[in-house]
Amino acid sequence: MLGPNKLSEIANLIFSLSKADQTEVILRNTDSALTRFANNQIHQNVAESDSQVRVRVVYGKRIGVASSNDLSPDALKRTLETARAIAQRQRADPEFKSLPPPQPIQNVEVFVDATAQSTPEQRAQAVGILCKRAKEKGVVAAGAFETTAIETVVANSLGVFAYHPVTYADLNTVMMSDTGSGYASFTHQDARQVNAEALAREAIDKALRARNPITLDPGEYTVFLEEYAVTDILDFLNYAAFSAQAVQEDRSFMKGKFGQKVMDERVTIYDDGLASDTLAMPFDFEGVPRQKVMLIENGIARGVVHDTTTAQREGVASTGHALPAPNTLGPFALHMVLSPGNTPKSEMLKSIERGIWVTRFWYTRIVHPMKVLITGLTRDGTFLIENGEVTQPIKNLRFTTSYLDALNNVRALGDATKLFFEGWSHASRRVPALAVDRFRFTGTTQ
Amino acid sequence: MKDITARALNMAQIRGASYADIRVVTRLTQRIAVKNGKVEALQQDETQGFGVRVIVNGAWGFASSSRLESKEVERVVTQALAIAKASALTKIKDVNIGAPIASKGTYETPVKLDPFIVALDDKIGLLLKTDEELRRVKGIKVTRGEMAFVRESKEFASTEDALVRQEIIESGCGISALATDLKTGEVQVRSYPNAGGRNQVTRGYEFILDQKLAENAGRVAEDAVALLTADQCPSYDAMTIILDGSQLALQVHESCGHPIELDRVLGTEAAFAGTSFLTPDKLNNFRYGADIVNITADATIAGGLGTFGFDDEGVPAQKTDIVRNGMFVGYLTSRETAQQLGLGQSNGTMRADGWNRLPIIRMTGVNLLPGTWRVDDLIADTTDGIWMETNRSWSIDDKRLNFQFGTEMAWEIKGGKKTRMFKNATYTGITPQFWNSCDAICNVDHWVVWGTPNCGKGQPPQIAHTGHGASPARFRNVRVGVVK
Repeated sequence: MLGPNKLSEIANLIFSLSKADQTEVILRNTDSALTRFANNQIHQNVAESDSQVRVRVVYGKRIGVASSNDLSPDALKRTLETARAIAQRQRADPEFKSLPPPQPIQNVEVFVDATAQSTPEQRAQAVGILCKRAKEKGVVAAGAFETTAIETVVANSLGVFAYHPVTYADLNTVMMSDTGSGYASFTHQDARQVNAEALAREAIDKALRARNPITLDPGEYTVFLEEYAVTDILDFLNYAAFSAQAVQEDRSFMKGKFGQKVMDERVTIYDDGLASDTLAMPFDFEGVPRQKVMLIENGIARGVVHDTTTAQREGVASTGHALPAPNTLGPFALHMVLSPGNTPKSEMLKSIERGIWVTRFWYTRIVHPMKVLITGLTRDGTFLIENGEVTQPIKNLRFTTSYLDALNNVRALGDATKLFFEGWSHASRRVPALAVDRFRFTGTTQ
Repeated sequence: MKDITARALNMAQIRGASYADIRVVTRLTQRIAVKNGKVEALQQDETQGFGVRVIVNGAWGFASSSRLESKEVERVVTQALAIAKASALTKIKDVNIGAPIASKGTYETPVKLDPFIVALDDKIGLLLKTDEELRRVKGIKVTRGEMAFVRESKEFASTEDALVRQEIIESGCGISALATDLKTGEVQVRSYPNAGGRNQVTRGYEFILDQKLAENAGRVAEDAVALLTADQCPSYDAMTIILDGSQLALQVHESCGHPIELDRVLGTEAAFAGTSFLTPDKLNNFRYGADIVNITADATIAGGLGTFGFDDEGVPAQKTDIVRNGMFVGYLTSRETAQQLGLGQSNGTMRADGWNRLPIIRMTGVNLLPGTWRVDDLIADTTDGIWMETNRSWSIDDKRLNFQFGTEMAWEIKGGKKTRMFKNATYTGITPQFWNSCDAICNVDHWVVWGTPNCGKGQPPQIAHTGHGASPARFRNVRVGVVK
């Protein structure tokens, strides 16, 4: 960890060297380690230390961006010079007005020393438990245990200086028998909260129950979606619809629907980068404080997330959802929550006369963006539900269904939420389990 | 540099490593993105660092850092050794990487026009001109164009006396037009030369010029608008389809390239990327496709996005048969997995996504070899079928058996002619059944090496750049359409 003072020194050095009208500096310092296991042993065990600097310079309305992971004074000068040279060759951006001015930023504590100080031995010990329990039960364990600490600074020459450290630990496992598999994962800011024994039990129990699956005909079924599957629904709604850019480009179902009912009235979805029970980050990559944004409230379309660019187009304030410049994706919700309902999972299951229990989805992709029509498969624990009970394992199924329809066909929402971390975008999600009617399966696997 | 790498390797050996290697990598990336007549992104990124991989007590350890300084090298080597010792706590068998690899040499991507020397003004000018052509077509909502260039310099050294230096250069570009109709809720996109933003190869700026972006822009935009009112592609339980080369390249990537990765087969990707239906008992003993289906893994093919001189274990680039006359005959291997299956030497497919990632088995250039047909003859020979082109969505199960793809555009074929444009076309199938239904592959005149610059795998996540040669091909009795 470099700490706020060292990172501030680096940012100030860049500001002192820059001759641009405005300058922005993003610093990301990462210490990460990951222990990967398969076939009941560790097979990849890695650690990484990296520090990245990204400089955005503004000359009039011309903008250049350059980045490097060399923080030496000479390299910082080179990076700044590269950004300047790019800006000089850039065309003016008529939409650009200014980098954001400083605003008060709330502190959110999501950094845990014990996670930052995790050792290979501690990770190996947890993995050892999973491997041992797997061997005892005659199944094969695979998975990964990651511990990461990240410091982020966003600063600009208008006086913005925002510093935020975060840690997270993520342990996930697939347990496999000859004919079935089970999945479990757990994410927390504090690595000490990871309970390898509990994860082993959950995944092994499922793997054993998943043996010798039967083939079920595709068709429309009521589904019990575990939290692992529900998080995928939020991810794709986010990609397809919850960004102001998607609305401005007429490719979001939210367009023209604000204030109208678009989902079941029990569905409330919001983004909250200030919530300490997520992997919170209280400001975005322009240094704008994150606002809690109500996306869907009791089934009614309420809002989308903005960065400075999309907000200026509509004459509103940024909600603090910018990604690092230059950002072609538009604003992005990184801390989404689907509010829980009031039905315990056991009661949700009991309410299903005939349906399918889905542990998680796999390889989901958008078939039609406006309908949020998604195809993908079930994986690592798919079971038939009969008369309110899980009766037998079934082979994985392909679905092609609208996630928007799914949230209109909600039968029940679980009464508790689970935290997830998504490695590609560094986003976290918090969701309950869901029971959904008329979920459309379109194929089977062998 | 040599002093630092030698010191790292000596230190690792002295402190108990039975094997160690070090990669020092610098990667320069330039990206230009244009949208709706405006340069939306113009950036240059440089990342450098080193990664040390060791075997201690029969187990692997890996550590990396961006700070290439003596003290940091010492810290990273110490960390890699400690990690390997921790790995050994759950060890079942010692790692065996087979006979030593003592490669020595250099490799540089041959380029005619170094993309990092070509003026930014020229690149921006070409993209803006192309964007203007796209926007000339009425009804287009969003236009996009992009270029990406990569120069990766890397040095690999090992305690087996290997010393390899490489410089890989990549160039990529693409354009797209998005048309929407709020009344019908229709959103349609057309891309050129490939979906996903761009096509990419290991060539210089000459590749960009060859693509003739501006000349193709009008057609691309007109297609997008036409798709808004095109007929919905009907659903069929069994239909003849012809896939264009770019869609087939992705089909090869997903349904052949991934299941032949031997790490998946042996279970080490089970929790994330998945496993494979091509289990070891099927090697040399399984009909993957029809007789006319021949697939190679080729890291030597000119311009391929998976082309290099040596992999990240120092193994020389190779060409390997994967499917020969329809029979499954080869895997992509690493030094360790080749030993696990008794296959002798690795065929050189271990690649890392930069200095901070461990090499894992990745596709090189996985190519469907050309057949004998001309495209026009193939269409003329098809009485009732659907032509599908340019990928729009892709999904496949964790064993790489059940797939479903969607394409940006499709055409009905009746009586040997393209008759009607279709939108929202999808097809689905089971991998070996699908490849066994292939009855015609177009010839080398239609064969293009496509690039996939976004192949995700591994934990922590790694993005690989892979190449796939393909020409249009015909498949019988394919299920088409699940969208009602």
